Amino acid sequence: MERRDLFMPRVKELFVNGKTVPVDVDGERSLLSVLREDLDLTGAKYGCGEGECGACTVLLDGNPIRSCRTTAGQVGKRQITTIESLEQNGRLHPLQEAFLKEDSMQCGYCTSGMIMSGYALLQKSRDPSEAEIIRSMGGNICRCGVYQRIIAAIKDGAQALQNK
Amino acid sequence: MNSHDTQILEPERCAPDAPAPARLEVNRRDFFKTLGYGVMVLYLVPSALARGGGARGGGGRGGGGAASADISAWIHIGEDGSVTVFTGKAEVGQNIRTSLTQAVAEELCVPVSSVKMLMADTDLVPYDMGTFGSQTTPQMAPQLHRAAAAARGVLLDMAAEYFKVDKSALTVADGTIFKSAANRNLAVTFGQLTKGQKFTKTVDNATRITPASDWKIAGTSVPKVDGRDFVTGKHKYSSDMKLPGMLFGKVLRGTAWGAKMVSVDTQAAEAMEGVKVVHDGSFVGAVAPDSLLAEYAVNAITAKWSDPPEGPTDKTIFEYLKNNATAGGGGGGAARRGGGGAPAARAGAPAPAAGAADQTLKQTYTVAYIAHTPLEPRAALADWKPDKLTVWTGTQRPFGVRTELAQALGIPEERVRVIVPDTGSGYGGKHTGEAAVEAARMSRAVGKPVKLVWTREEEFTWAFFRPAAVIDVTSGVRNDGTLTSWDFVNYNSGSPGINSPYRIANKTEVSRVTRTPLAQTSYRCLAATGNNFAREVHMDELARLLKMDPLEFRLKNLADARLRAVFEAAAKAFGWGAAKPAGGRGFGIAGGTEKGGFVATCAEVLADKASGTVKVVRALTAFDCGAIVNPNHLKNQIEGAMVMGLGGALFEEIEFQKSMITNPHLADYRVPRFADIPKIEIVLLDNKGLASAGAGEAPIIGIAPAVGNAIFDATGIRLRSMPMIPAGLKA
Repeated sequence: MERRDLFMPRVKELFVNGKTVPVDVDGERSLLSVLREDLDLTGAKYGCGEGECGACTVLLDGNPIRSCRTTAGQVGKRQITTIESLEQNGRLHPLQEAFLKEDSMQCGYCTSGMIMSGYALLQKSRDPSEAEIIRSMGGNICRCGVYQRIIAAIKDGAQALQNK
Repeated sequence: MNSHDTQILEPERCAPDAPAPARLEVNRRDFFKTLGYGVMVLYLVPSALARGGGARGGGGRGGGGAASADISAWIHIGEDGSVTVFTGKAEVGQNIRTSLTQAVAEELCVPVSSVKMLMADTDLVPYDMGTFGSQTTPQMAPQLHRAAAAARGVLLDMAAEYFKVDKSALTVADGTIFKSAANRNLAVTFGQLTKGQKFTKTVDNATRITPASDWKIAGTSVPKVDGRDFVTGKHKYSSDMKLPGMLFGKVLRGTAWGAKMVSVDTQAAEAMEGVKVVHDGSFVGAVAPDSLLAEYAVNAITAKWSDPPEGPTDKTIFEYLKNNATAGGGGGGAARRGGGGAPAARAGAPAPAAGAADQTLKQTYTVAYIAHTPLEPRAALADWKPDKLTVWTGTQRPFGVRTELAQALGIPEERVRVIVPDTGSGYGGKHTGEAAVEAARMSRAVGKPVKLVWTREEEFTWAFFRPAAVIDVTSGVRNDGTLTSWDFVNYNSGSPGINSPYRIANKTEVSRVTRTPLAQTSYRCLAATGNNFAREVHMDELARLLKMDPLEFRLKNLADARLRAVFEAAAKAFGWGAAKPAGGRGFGIAGGTEKGGFVATCAEVLADKASGTVKVVRALTAFDCGAIVNPNHLKNQIEGAMVMGLGGALFEEIEFQKSMITNPHLADYRVPRFADIPKIEIVLLDNKGLASAGAGEAPIIGIAPAVGNAIFDATGIRLRSMPMIPAGLKA
């Protein structure tokens, strides 16, 4: 019987973390599953598959998206940025440093998504207000409840980027 | 009279009666072969403790070639001076990887960075009953303190021999022993001392350890030891694991609880390229090279199911619980999936003797079923080999899951290895191995490693819930504020937290077991959250009745010095009694003691009766858990417990009808988000003279009643059901 090639054209390459990456996947598959299952980029997590928790957040041309609700076929030539690219030459991004400084995690499962959402915010707003942080992070859930520390880390990260 | 005369820890609700695990046999020579030469210190506990009750033969204690399961932990110091700690405890976000590292580093006088914790791998670590009940800090940490202190003693003996001096002349720091404090040039490292050694020592609780007042590493805010792996996305959870040739599995689920499979047709799925169908009785699923194909394959399977039992709904559940109570009290019973015991005539509860009461008050409080909602759903990677099954899975009970796997697959436990990578939280809900068993059955069927990750909907539907409860409270009080009688009955959720800390001459506290329609299990702090909610809201109601200040009323009836201290500390830091900002503001206070922790929480809410909105503006918890192991991580746990508690207090609620969950999505089941969070403040009371209690659970108990009492203060509306405002405030 049929395979699911019938469902959607196959995707042959993706642009991930500044590199062109050859793949061969059904375009119907979620970007999250392709990143995790085919490219071994497991920093983005499955939390709900419904776009409600933000654990799967990656950037598409700089904008935070829910990779569980984005199919590989929808991505096209847009640039995908994942948590794995933030550390450069062994140096953490200031926002990653800030998450460590503020101890902004417990189990850590939401952390990649939180950092990617916060990173996207700091790309657009150099000095976000608390209200702005709360608004733009509203799609990310931390079930361990360290929200207050994540807000502190984003503020710290903003400060560190300004001082750079 | 008190029906719960001993304040014991209620056994966790999952499989407490599971068969005893096979004895862990460790040949020490093999141990050194695996780990390399060095010094090894094993910590011995009485067998009954290691087993969590039930006396069993110790076997292999002390000398001899084999060590047995009454060893609870061991420490190995290698030829390079590296320290490896072996424990069956699992890290699920409570930061015990860090706190236990601190315990060992403290006693061994080594940097935190040189200690490696090997946790929750059933082939490598000694048997452990599980990570629950806030027991890691009061039980495992002192054991590791003692084992590490003994290891330091062994190394000092070796150094004394090396330097040919008396041991008392030596000093030790940073993994190095100095011949004298004055001359730091003559030194020998742990690695030099352990080179070529095959030295083992067993220790027990007679070993002296450093008092908290002298701690230098324990007691400080050591950062999460592997924090960098989490901020870079490098940490591998069970759901991130991968093996060569691995396939993805998906299980066919029934239409409702209790629905039985009548027939199944897997032909269409079997015809799909790359798909293998697994069909073993009513266990039906598919494996495929990617998760979407596995999902499509399962969607292509058609099955007929029997009609499920009608059962109660989330609207009728409280009546159902009261009408289905079984005879006698009890601790709430073991985890159970539906059914429960047969209903029996209700034992007549003794009437509260109001005695000299000037006023009496009778109220009913309810607690809805809620879901743990760990952000990492149940997940497992299973690798079936003819001689060994290896399963990576997120669980709080690796050895319990090993037993489940051995039973499900009909193989001896020795052939099963369970490895628990640091897990995406549990909150009491991950005691069992559903995903592990499913993945293992599939791996055996297809002869390849299979990874299986539950969807959020599966997690909401087929996992467990915090038990719903009905709590009836009848009390008597004199006009001077003295409590005279107290009758407290909890239906279904259990006895933790049921004992009032207040002085009451005449009290009855009973936990009633009832039939339950949903699968319920332990949840962070068990029934203590609901029991404290009922008691502390009732106390507020009594204070209002008496026109007394709620704090003053509590203190008048409270003898316990530690609980008084946290109430007073919280009230002072919060500004209890100070003038409230104008317009819809209310203050509330509540507290209690649980699992060795003393909690008092104050909350400030802003409520608008017209629109029905409530915002918790500010919340403060004062907490005393004895000697503090890691102040920053403790604060983090308290903040997190308050946030989690806020969800169950305000809006979390599982909805169900016809034996099926009707809101199994995060869009329909509301958990706290950024916008829901008040300004949170923590006051820590560091009681260095007292043993450290665990702190992952107790701080959850104060927030719900504090917020409820604050809502009443702001609006005059008394809310007695958790969640209190699932659809806003209704006047």
